[in-house]
Amino acid sequence: MNGTSHEPAPILRVQGLAKRFPMPRERLFGPRPMLTAVADVSFDLTAGETLAVVGESGCGKSTVGNLVLNLLAPSAGAIAFEGEDLSHANAARWRARRRDLQLIFQDSRGALDPRLTIDRQVAEGLDIHRIGAPSDRLEKARQMLDSVGLGGHLMGRYPHELSGGQQQRAVIARALVLEPKLVVCDEPVAALDVSVQAQVVNLLQDLQRTYGLTYLFISHDLSVVRHVADRVAVMYLGRFVEVASRDALFSQPAHPYSRALIGAVPAARSRHGRRVQPVALHGEPPSPLFPPQGCALNPRCPFATDQCRQERPDLRPLPGGGFVACHHVENLL
Amino acid sequence: MSAETVASAKPEAPAPRGERFWRMPILVWLAAGFLVLVAVIATFAQVLMPYGYEDTNLLFRLKPPFWSSLSIEGHVLGTDKLGRDLLSRLLVATQVSIALALLGTLIGAVLGTVLGVLAAHYGRLVDEIVMMLVDWQAAMPFLIIALAVLAFFGNNFYLFLALMGLAGWETYARLTRGLVLSAKEQGYAVAVRALGARPWRLYVRHILPNVIGPLIVQLTLNFPQTILLETSLSFLGLGIQPPLTSLGQMLGEGRDYLLTSWWLAVIPGAVIFITTLSMSLFGDWLRTRLDPTQR
Ligand SMILES: Nc1ncnc2c1ncn2[C@@H]1O[C@H](COP(=O)(O)OP(=O)(O)OP(=O)(O)O)[C@@H](O)[C@H]1O
Ligand code: SF4
Ligand SMILES: [Mg+2]
Repeated sequence: MNGTSHEPAPILRVQGLAKRFPMPRERLFGPRPMLTAVADVSFDLTAGETLAVVGESGCGKSTVGNLVLNLLAPSAGAIAFEGEDLSHANAARWRARRRDLQLIFQDSRGALDPRLTIDRQVAEGLDIHRIGAPSDRLEKARQMLDSVGLGGHLMGRYPHELSGGQQQRAVIARALVLEPKLVVCDEPVAALDVSVQAQVVNLLQDLQRTYGLTYLFISHDLSVVRHVADRVAVMYLGRFVEVASRDALFSQPAHPYSRALIGAVPAARSRHGRRVQPVALHGEPPSPLFPPQGCALNPRCPFATDQCRQERPDLRPLPGGGFVACHHVENLL
Repeated sequence: MSAETVASAKPEAPAPRGERFWRMPILVWLAAGFLVLVAVIATFAQVLMPYGYEDTNLLFRLKPPFWSSLSIEGHVLGTDKLGRDLLSRLLVATQVSIALALLGTLIGAVLGTVLGVLAAHYGRLVDEIVMMLVDWQAAMPFLIIALAVLAFFGNNFYLFLALMGLAGWETYARLTRGLVLSAKEQGYAVAVRALGARPWRLYVRHILPNVIGPLIVQLTLNFPQTILLETSLSFLGLGIQPPLTSLGQMLGEGRDYLLTSWWLAVIPGAVIFITTLSMSLFGDWLRTRLDPTQR
């Protein structure tokens, strides 16, 4: 979508991804309500870049991450990794590809098996993918743990014997020992103390440089996103409403929702030099069970018109770069 | 429990739970002590018994135990209608009953656990079939089914063992299914899947070790029931057949002499009663120790 001819081929191409969850019937024999967690999400990732996905809780960020890794089966859409269309790949093919596609969790403690020492858990990926000689795997896992800052006596510990930051380092080591190409980081620092957050974010950036990793970085913390992202996708009610470079988004958010989210960013000025007015949205986000007709934001948007209430805006390129899904974006800038 | 035991084996592990583990109520201590005794008897019956359990001596029939003035030297618990030494028979009967109950319980546990994992893994049709069998089994008066099967097919040791295994499988299946379903949603299970593991690795290496605690408790709760099933069937003459003996079979034989030589029935009956009670007490205690919601 945003890959033009002079750019290198994307490492990941996602097209029209959607996920609907069937919900329990309200009445016996009544219809099954469907919750649309993700709808029509398309994006490309270039090798080595970090695309951040931001949005408020429940907008579908984690679902996008899980769909990309096929931890959830998509309801629609296609995923191509390194040019290989994985939409029809069977379970065995996906298992093999997981070596290149890894995940770092928000809840690092829950993501570790309480009954195994962390060096064994880090070595497990090597066992699964038969990387190296069996006798070397534990050693390789320990080297990885050492390089994420879990050296010496910490390696043989059980997860409950580690602090939150150490657990997250173990989770990172477990993902990276496979030398993946793409890593989905789902709120990797949200559960950590602020003082530890910076360390883990810096570790992730160091590792990205060392291994040339591509990150899909899911977060609701804009200060973290501003620190790590090359590009940012803003999500609202299961859809991408704006995709822009980090600098453009933080200095000139275009979509009314982005402007509300980024808020009164002091430096935000429009392309004409005017100060971008922060947007105040009315009310709360609606339930994904009953998304509004037309533009999903229209009940809350101060610029909504009749067109917004009837037609859903597509994500379309802006002249200055970036993509926005809003009928009136040109007039608002 | 075992995670903490493993953890406390490490030098830098936090406060070991092993110490608190030994603080059992006195009744549980007694129960545990009795179970150890039963285990020793079941293992070493052949070494401990003073006579062969089949050796008859028609000169000394129906002799009373040691407390009676009519008791005879060497037969501490007296003799039965064929003059066989009651103590020797009791030791062998305990061995047979415990071994059968243990095998039966293990068969049921393995069968139920495997079916529970399959139901949780495959869901949908497999799940529905397994749960239908579970409900069917739970609704059946199993003793009557077992009686009918044994009466129809005739007595056969392996058939008897199979019936004992089938007696309790549904509780394991139901329990395992629930435990696995919730464990599958845990982060570590998703993580192992994300690493690219096959399902067997997920279940064998990660989920089962994490849910084994409640299953072991269920084993201890199910074991007395299996003993009772074995003894009931043998009492009714459909289980263990002479010349082999079991606690239930001794009870059945002793029944005819209840008025004249009551100890023939009461002594094996007491062993059954105290063994199952001890097992239940111990299992209950284990459950409250392992279940955080009951602490
Ligand atoms: N397994 C599921 N079954 C039903 N609904 C689900 C399921 N998983 C997610 N949802 C719903 O899908 C929507 C998106 O969930 P998701 O976890 O992707 O949000 P999120 O943006 O990651 O939120 P958060 O920031 O809180 O993690 C939510 O409304 C959620 O309730
Ligand atoms: S399309 Fe209309 S309602 Fe939606 S964000 Fe744009 S102006 Fe607001
Ligand atoms: Mg999430």
